[in-house]
This record gives sequence, structure tokens and C-alpha cells, in this order.
Amino acid sequence: MDKMTERHTIGVLVDNEAGVLARVVGLFSGRGYNIDSLTVAVVDQNDDQSRITIVTTGTPQVIEQIKAQLGRLVPVHGVTDLTVEGPHVEREMALVKVAGSGETRVESLRIADIFRARVVDSTITSFVFEITGSTDKINSFVGLMRPLGLVDVSRTGVVAISRGDKPM
Amino acid sequence: MASAELTGAEIVLKSLVDQGVKVVFGYPGGSVLPIYDAFFEQNKIKHVLVRHEQGAVHAAEGYARSTGKPGVVLVTSGPGATNAVTGLTDALMDSIPVICLTGQVPSHLIGTDAFQEADTVGITRPCTKHNYLVKDTADLARIMHDAFYVATNGRPGPVVVDLPKDIMINTGPYVGPKRAQHSSYKPQVKGNLAAIKEAVELIAGAKKPLFYTGGGVINSGPGASTLLREFVRQTSAPITSTLMGLGAFPSTDESFLGMVGMHGNYEANLAMAECDVMICVGARFDDRVTGRLDAFAKKSKKIHIDIDPSSINKNVPVDIPIVGDVGHVLEDMIKVWKSTARKLDKKANDSWWASIAKWREKDCLKYFQGKDIAKPQYVLETLQKAVDGKDAYVTTDVGQHQMWAAQYLKFQDPNRWMTSGGLGTMGYGLPAAIGVQMAHPKSPVVCVTGEASFMMNIQELSTAVQYRLPVKILLLNNRYMGMVRQWQELLHGNRYSESYMESLPDFAKVADAFGLDSLFADHPDQVENLIADMMACEGPVIAEVMIDQKENCFPMIPSGAAHYEMILGPNDDQPTVSAKGAALV
Repeated sequence: MDKMTERHTIGVLVDNEAGVLARVVGLFSGRGYNIDSLTVAVVDQNDDQSRITIVTTGTPQVIEQIKAQLGRLVPVHGVTDLTVEGPHVEREMALVKVAGSGETRVESLRIADIFRARVVDSTITSFVFEITGSTDKINSFVGLMRPLGLVDVSRTGVVAISRGDKPM
Repeated sequence: MASAELTGAEIVLKSLVDQGVKVVFGYPGGSVLPIYDAFFEQNKIKHVLVRHEQGAVHAAEGYARSTGKPGVVLVTSGPGATNAVTGLTDALMDSIPVICLTGQVPSHLIGTDAFQEADTVGITRPCTKHNYLVKDTADLARIMHDAFYVATNGRPGPVVVDLPKDIMINTGPYVGPKRAQHSSYKPQVKGNLAAIKEAVELIAGAKKPLFYTGGGVINSGPGASTLLREFVRQTSAPITSTLMGLGAFPSTDESFLGMVGMHGNYEANLAMAECDVMICVGARFDDRVTGRLDAFAKKSKKIHIDIDPSSINKNVPVDIPIVGDVGHVLEDMIKVWKSTARKLDKKANDSWWASIAKWREKDCLKYFQGKDIAKPQYVLETLQKAVDGKDAYVTTDVGQHQMWAAQYLKFQDPNRWMTSGGLGTMGYGLPAAIGVQMAHPKSPVVCVTGEASFMMNIQELSTAVQYRLPVKILLLNNRYMGMVRQWQELLHGNRYSESYMESLPDFAKVADAFGLDSLFADHPDQVENLIADMMACEGPVIAEVMIDQKENCFPMIPSGAAHYEMILGPNDDQPTVSAKGAALV
């Protein structure tokens, strides 16, 4: 029944001021848009501007609305839809805590190696893995860890940037 | 350096003066006392003391809508700010420039649940165009001027500036309003010329063109209305308007089909359905206009001029979007139109007007005035006769009387019609009339209202009396929340649940108690005299007319129906509303 929805990764450059994230999040909740993931951090030298990366799903009409609504927020300097504006790189990082002993513990380490995850904390009964990659890759890694004693996952959400030498 | 510094309260006052503010609508309280102190010994700005903060915002809206200048509100923290929320939302929905200064508890108490503390920026974030919490007196002057810039540029709207008490007492430097450019907010004013040319091409080839205009024309300034009139004349195309756009084009002009939408004219809605090129100028395809979306104006290519990019393709996909200010875009359109010496196909245009003439024959606004009880339509027609040529300003509340006023009053000029369109705020009319009368002390200002709406901000009568504002309150009393009753009749099997008030006050005594005049009519023969007396009143007056309780507002697009499926009157087939339609507002 639903029209075809698409997944889009949108970059938003905003003034680094109090409440700006609430404006963006409030816009999404108030108008019923989806947020699949959201990341934000200061990105310029003077701490004046932050970059927000939002992954959202919606019909093409909704995606267009989201961009227009973001664009008219007063502290927003620019909105870029990385999904439509050419090739881009998307990455996510996760910290994954796995507890266990014996063969399952060894197996988790073996799989971590295949996924190029690093061990950043280790006790006799647990590991914390750091893994970077696409959302899919992290999903698979977490899925494989589940039967091997998965305890906790902390993910950053997607950050993304366009390929090539141009700014957003 | 120190000698050049002002207190925060002085900076607020000075920036208001430098922004050309003449009137502030407000209500004092603990956290804004320093500002009220700064107001005390000065005479550059007049303060109007309202009786409730919601009234202050509506008054500022009336002031803004009738002058084209921003309206300014000053309220205290906590309840002062939360009481203003309805007005702010109203201003946001109808794109009215309002600057609302709210007091706040001192900075060091923020977050401690202090007395009269509320998270004002949090609460007002979704109901303002933008808001600010001032954290340093050094930023205050810049933020004040920014607030005016944001409220009045692009699509206008309300802006809140939250002012902690210590920021008002501390000192800081003052800077004037001149600035090069806002760092991030730069709305597009000029339309894309290629799109404009394409639009002209499309209009020139149209066989059944139609202008569909809205509040954006009014917001763009009187120049935009002049350009609209010129372009309509150039093309000889028919034109309809939304509720918010009334007055941008003279209602008595032959080209004008009347208002469009749920209670719009039959010919206007049919023309919307049948046109082949729709030129939407500063309107936003609101659900009150479109009816059921999948049946809306399927035969037309659509041009949409709007200063807000988020209005484009929001509800209805359009073929040629033109983002820009209506005035600028129309100016360019007319230039292109003239330079290419365009004309519509005469034969096609004649046959288009012939279809319109047929729809007009339905005479969709006809009504029957009996002998015993006044019909609201008759009252409004009588009012129209009385204000004709008097350059009157009209405000309304919300409900049946609002729609009747929109249908039967004939507006000639922009900025004369103040009504709550988007939010539909009962209680808007009286305070808005007060704001209008403050801006236009010599002009007749009529507030058309119903008894239920009127009671929602009836306390503002006291304001009108205090400032000797001769607002004329035409109160259509049917003892029901009329529009609620109408929907209950048509959609809920005549079950009039809670839409009747058992104990209405005696409005003549209310008037007497507040210290204003009153007039009363309960027979159609008295209506003409009542309105003549009302117009002659030198002070504020309540002119109450008892009207037919059973009168419904027609024509009507029932909810969930297509915009060409109108009921014209009580003798028409009553609507069979689907469950899906009944779920709609």
C-alpha cells in the first residue's frame, strides 16, 4: 500500500549554537519523518559550525520535503543529499562487547579478524571490538557476535562525505 | 567604553525604536519589570496593556496584517510565555511577522524550576519561525535586529526572543540595525528567469487558465496586489482566492470568481477542477482548498509561485515551481509577457468564460430571508452595504460567521481582512481588531464574531475601553458553536454533543459592565438600523443579532469529497460521507 520509499543520507551544515539539534530533531518528529540514524559534531576550526549527517527513509516527495524543511531553518547553512548528489563515502563505527570463554571466545576473535575489527579492551572473560564500515557490514558483524556472547553494542550512526575535491 | 554601554532593558527599547516600532502589545510580570521600567519614562513607543497574553499576540497580528509591518509583543516568563503560544502558532500558520519578547528567570536560575520558569525556547521552537535565548547582554542588540530580519524576510512568521532578567539589568554595547547580510538565512526573492519564461509560455498556450492566489500576495506588499491586477487584466484569465488572500484582487471585479475551497464559491471550485493551467500565486494547496487530494485539479498543469521552497510539492505536485517573492516574480512575468506580446486564444478563452457563466448561474450564495428571524447572510450583506466605500477593516473569529463574512463581504484592497486561517483560532477576532484599530485610529474596524468565539477572549473588551478604541463588534448569536453544530448535523446524525451553551451571558449587560455601548436585534427588520447605529458609534460597541440557529454554511465540500462535489444548500442531496471522510477534520 505504501508508495516506494528510499533511503537517503543527508548532510546538514549548521551554526554550532544551543538548540540547533533540537530544531532538526523536532522538525523530523513534528512532521512525522523517519530518522534511521543521526550524527553531529563540530567540524570547523573556530567551533562555529557543526555537521549533521542524517539517514532517513521516505517517498521521493517526503525526501524533497525534508530537504526543503531543513533548508529553511534559520541556523542551517547548507543541505546536501549525498544519495543523489554523486558518489560518496559512508562509514559507521561500532564498539561491540562480547563475553565468553573457550571455543566461542576464540571464534569471536577469528570473526573479528575477518571483519578487520580491532580489540580495544580485553579481560579474561570479554572483548570490546572496534569496527568501522558500512551499516551492512556492522549489522553482519553484530549478527555473528550474537550467538558468541554479545553483551552490548554502541554505534555512532552513519557519517558521510562526497567523493572528489569539492566541499558540500 | 563603559559610558557607551546600556542596560539590557535600554538596548531592547532602543532596538525597538531603531526598528521603527510604534506600538507594543504586552502584559507585565516579575521577570520583565526591568523592561517595563525602561518603558516608563519614554514616549517613543506606545504600550497597549492587554488582559491576557494570547490577546497581545492576536493584537500584534492584527496590527501586522493591516500595516505590513511586524507586530511586537512583550510578555513575562512562565505563564506569560505559555499564554502567548496559541497566538504564536496562529502567526506561524498564517505567516504573520510578530516579534514576541518573553521575560525569563535570571540565567543562574534557569533549569531549577524557579518561580514562573518555563522552557520558553523549548516550548515555542515548533510554533515560531525562529527563537532565541539571550545569554549575554553583549549579544542582545544583534539578536534583537536579527529577530526583526528573520520575522519579516522570506516567508514572514513569529520570532521569540527570550530575555533572562539578569541580561536586562547587565550592561552591554549597542549596535544599530544596519548589517550586510544574515550569515545563513538568505531567502530567494527573485524568481528563476528560465522558469518564469516557461510559465509565461504555458499560460499563453492555455485554453482554460485560472489564477489561484493566496496570502502570499498580501505578505509581499501592496505592490504585489497591483501587479496581480495588471497581470490578470493582461491575460483576461479568471481568478480565485484563498481565505487568506481576499482583498489582493477586488472582489467585485468580473474576473473574480470568489473564494475557493471548502466553503468557497461553486464557480471557483469548478474552475479549479476544470482549468488546464493553474497559476498558484502565494497560496499553499491547503487541505481546505484541495478537498480529496487524489481528485484535485487533475486536468491542469500547475505553476506555483512561493517564497518558501518547502511549500512546493508539499501537498500537490506542480509542473513549474518558481521560488521567489510574489511581487518580484509577477513583475518579471509581466515583463516577459509584454515583451513577447502574448495573448490568450480568444475563442478558447470565450468558451472558458462561457462555462464559468454557467456555473455562476447556480448563484451558489443565494439564501432565503424569512420574516421572523435574521439570516446571517443577510446581516453580512447589510454590513457590506454599510461599509461600502468606507475603507473598513474587518476581523473575524472562527466558524460559520467567518465563512459567511468571507463569502458576503467584498474586499477591494489588501490588508483589510484579518482572519485566523491556518490555525482556526477562536478568540482571534476581538484582540486582532484592537491591533488593527491601534494602527488605523480613524478607520472603521469591524469584528465579525459569533458568541462562542467572542467569549474566548472577551476580556479584551476592557483593553478596547481603556484605549478608547472604537471597534465595532458585530456579534452573530445563534447560541450554538455553529460550525460544530453543522458538522454534527451533517456527519454525526444530528447528535449535538456539547455544542450548545445553556447559559450565555446577557451581552448588553456585559457591554455595560465593561463600559461600552451595545445594540441588539432579534428581528430581520431591525438589522439595517442596528448596523447603521453600529457604524455611527463613536466608541467601542457590541452589536448583537440573534440569527437562525439552524442555518448552515453553504456551499460546502463535505470532508473527504472531491473539490467539485459541492453541496449547494439544504435542499441538495445531503452528503454521504465515507468513514474515511468522517475521520478528516
